Amino acid sequence: MNSRIKTLRENSLQAIPSISAERAALVTETYKSHAAQKASVAVRRALVFKNLMEKKQIVILDGELIVGERGPSPKATPTYPEICIHSRQDLEILDSREKTPYAVDQPTCQQYEDDIIPFWQGKSIRERIFEEMTDEWINAYQAGMFTEFQEQRTPGHTVLGDKIYKKGFLDIKEDIQASLQKLDFFTDPQALDKQEELYAMDIAADALITFAERHADQLQQLAQHETDAERQTELEEMARICSRIPANKPETFWEALQYYWFVHVGVITELNPWDSFNPGRLDQHLYPFYKKDLEEGRLTEEKARELLQAFWIKFNNHPAPPKVGVTAEESGTYTDFALINLGGVKEDGLDGVNDLTYIILDVIQEMRLLQPSSMVQLSKKNPDRYIKRAIRIIKTGFGQPSVFNTDAIVQELVRQGKSVQDARNGGASGCVESGAFGKEAYILTGYFNIPKVLEITLNNGFDPYTKKQIGLTTGDPASFKTFDDLYAAFEQQLRHFIDIKIRGNNVIERIYAKYMPVPFLSLLIDDCIANSLDYHSGGARYNTSYIQGVGLGSITDALASIKLHVYDNKKLTMDVLLEHLKNNFENDGELRKTFLNQTPKFGNDDDYADDLTRRVFETYYNAIDGRPNTRGGQHRINLLPTTVHVYFGKVMGALPDGRKAGEPLSEGISPVQGADRNGPTSVVKSAAKIDHIRTGGTLLNQKFTPQLLEDDNGVTKLAQLIRTYFRMDGHHIQFNVVNADLLRQAQQEPEKHRDLIVRVAGYSDYFVDLSEQLQNEIILRTEHVGF
Amino acid sequence: MNVIMKTTLYGSLFDIKRYAIHDGPGIRVTIFMRGCPLQCWWCHNPEGIRSLSDDCNADGEFLNKQNSNSRYGAKNISSRMSVDEVLREIEKETLFFDESGGGVTFSGGEPLVQSEFLDAMLRESKQREIHTAIDTTGYASQEILEQVMHNVDLFLYDLKLMDNDMHLKYTGVSNCCILNNLKMLADQGKNIAIRFPLIPGITDTDDNLSAMVNYLSCLRKISTFHILPFHNTAQHKYKRLDMEDKTGEIAPPTLDQIESVKLRLEDAGLSVHIGG
Repeated sequence: MNSRIKTLRENSLQAIPSISAERAALVTETYKSHAAQKASVAVRRALVFKNLMEKKQIVILDGELIVGERGPSPKATPTYPEICIHSRQDLEILDSREKTPYAVDQPTCQQYEDDIIPFWQGKSIRERIFEEMTDEWINAYQAGMFTEFQEQRTPGHTVLGDKIYKKGFLDIKEDIQASLQKLDFFTDPQALDKQEELYAMDIAADALITFAERHADQLQQLAQHETDAERQTELEEMARICSRIPANKPETFWEALQYYWFVHVGVITELNPWDSFNPGRLDQHLYPFYKKDLEEGRLTEEKARELLQAFWIKFNNHPAPPKVGVTAEESGTYTDFALINLGGVKEDGLDGVNDLTYIILDVIQEMRLLQPSSMVQLSKKNPDRYIKRAIRIIKTGFGQPSVFNTDAIVQELVRQGKSVQDARNGGASGCVESGAFGKEAYILTGYFNIPKVLEITLNNGFDPYTKKQIGLTTGDPASFKTFDDLYAAFEQQLRHFIDIKIRGNNVIERIYAKYMPVPFLSLLIDDCIANSLDYHSGGARYNTSYIQGVGLGSITDALASIKLHVYDNKKLTMDVLLEHLKNNFENDGELRKTFLNQTPKFGNDDDYADDLTRRVFETYYNAIDGRPNTRGGQHRINLLPTTVHVYFGKVMGALPDGRKAGEPLSEGISPVQGADRNGPTSVVKSAAKIDHIRTGGTLLNQKFTPQLLEDDNGVTKLAQLIRTYFRMDGHHIQFNVVNADLLRQAQQEPEKHRDLIVRVAGYSDYFVDLSEQLQNEIILRTEHVGF
Repeated sequence: MNVIMKTTLYGSLFDIKRYAIHDGPGIRVTIFMRGCPLQCWWCHNPEGIRSLSDDCNADGEFLNKQNSNSRYGAKNISSRMSVDEVLREIEKETLFFDESGGGVTFSGGEPLVQSEFLDAMLRESKQREIHTAIDTTGYASQEILEQVMHNVDLFLYDLKLMDNDMHLKYTGVSNCCILNNLKMLADQGKNIAIRFPLIPGITDTDDNLSAMVNYLSCLRKISTFHILPFHNTAQHKYKRLDMEDKTGEIAPPTLDQIESVKLRLEDAGLSVHIGG
């Protein structure tokens, strides 16, 4: 990395996330205007976007090669009062909280108090959602049975396809005109709504062109005053680029990157969609430009790297918009989940890895930034060189890139009804969610706490946390004669809560469709323009709603413990078990040890446990998959947690697997922390026993120490482990290559780190099994390795 | 008859290690078998030296509770397992073998001690197209080796000390049959990887290294030579097992020491690797 990139990167890392009132003020200004008040909802939203693009401060930092900021400076984060209006107290919490704070200065607070809060209070989407929800929904939500994604952020969860590399916004405007021409006011009762939506899209398209032109003007001015001749040429080229795109389709590598970035800033300024926005298959999209520029002598490999590095820094300048309450608990991170996809297959099914793939992998390693997130799609058609290159980055221990199974993703998407071409052009976004990039609105609606369903079942519908009857009365658990009786009650409760969640989802989707259309995002996702329908109203080609299941490992282990000890071995009665759970095992540590150590656990390739995993999976799948949403699509399942397994654990008492009250649940489809004791092959075998192809994504975490990957042999074997998991249709796996700090924690709390494998000396062993001296020795070695 | 044997023939094990990536090619399962006629000063697996009867009651349950592996939650092994039971554990890993060119490695202890069980395991593994390796001291009768060798794809063959007196001193046994067996296997054209424990001051002496090079140069086929540098990693095991620990007196080799041994052996034309 050269000194310019080093400085930009350092500035980005040093910048402190803060709250900017700029956007909130401009949005409020528009809403108060006469034009907006008399406009349709769609056009009003377009006018909001237009006002933002025309008036928001233009930011061009010293040495930048890619320009455009969402806020007035790096990491200055706008708010979205039309979605979630922060109170003065919220702002104070954001400013002072220990985890993920955002600095809020006095003028911002004042502006909020004087202008923003008075206008928006009572009008935000968040308030509307909570007003519309039923009591049973509110009760379940408060009990931590599920979360609601759309209460502070808008349904984004999507990824751009190849549209912008083939069309300029002037071409897109022509598409809008074509759709307007086709409107049928004689037979289509929705013709007027469609017309308004298309007008709104047209305004939004012009607004982004204006935004780019404002950058071009400022760049031109900067160029005139620039004394360094080299920088002057650069600024002139940047001005040229910003006056050409996004109006016209890009011709060069640099234009393509800058075009995407304007679009990105547009999407995350229009609203605060989940997972921000995402260029998706970056190596596929950029490769033709890269190749052409190289051939025509416009670009060198070195310059391409520099531009990509500059592009990376732009993502890092944009933390997630501030989250509060349950949303902050379920997604407690600055990361905004733009997930760059590499490799995989091309639309024709051939190997997608190209020269640029490797260059981008270098950039990922060198930049070592949390944003953008990165992943490698691994198809059976991709060469080993590619996955080994990725593992050599993974082993540097910052958790990137994660590894995804292209062949599984394609099958998942095709099963959901997508064309094979759309599936191959897709990938995974956010954490692990499968999507047809550029053509699908796949909305995550909230996490669902599967182990909590068991807790409710064991309490006959009563929630010990909120002290309310929130579930069905499925009977006193002591009256269940067989395990199947218990399971039937669990299944009934699960369906009950899924019904509540889906009812809520359908209402919330309509709230967004009616009150909060996104004309700008709709320009980008096919077939919103052709359908003359907003992204929030089912305009996309494919429309999916996900409910993310959490705690598969915990529920398996809890059920296995009940099945073995209460029903199979009759070691104790249900009443006695319930008493122990209520007392949080205070009086019987021995029993807890039996539950922890003498009970089948998910993640050990043990069918006694894994058959229960499969059973829960089928129950969850059957309760959700295929149920219609309001956008012409279906509900689907996926299994991932972000940080919600900690929150879901907080709202729960002790579980029969030996987990104590308040402790985190298992995350993703990973085994309960420390429960897997047979090594990674057993973990991936257990994980592969559920049918990943019928999900829209699963998340599997594995921990490795750097020593296990220190030589080529370790890298090769890990590649083979991944390939084997993917042969079994595993969707995703990521590796936490642990550092010395974690090893020290493992020394302090060995029971939580039972699964930590370390390379000792020519062999591998479980860290907690080693003597203290040896542990210390390995900790020292880890630090010596110095990742 | 074969079926009866599989279910009634038991082996005595002390561990089954999955994702074993240093015990032969590919991703392997290593079956650690109990009992060893040698008592090497530097032994890393002292728990494998003793036979099952030393630590267990008549039913094969561990007397020392700390050493027990329960059926659930922990590793899926008990100390005494039938051929069928062990095969079931091995076959769980089949896809990993297929993907990586791996297989099963029988280690110990000395796997040849339980020759009947080993023979059955090897035969059944080969019938299932599973690559087999044995990690052996070579200390066994020639008849036993001849019996099992047809079902062994790779011998991980320990070579420690060439001088018989030294061998006797540091391992408790003569190296005569070890060297004879190695020659026999080489003559038969078996695939052999030598494993050489580098114990500073004991096995890395000039005399020992030149004797080893001379000896190996007369053999027909040695695929690779692995230097296994001594590490002070087994002290806690000796303490736990209440066994006399001589490893404390040995210092691990420095990187320079390892490298110089490697160069020396490479000069003699061997293909040398460091580690398993």
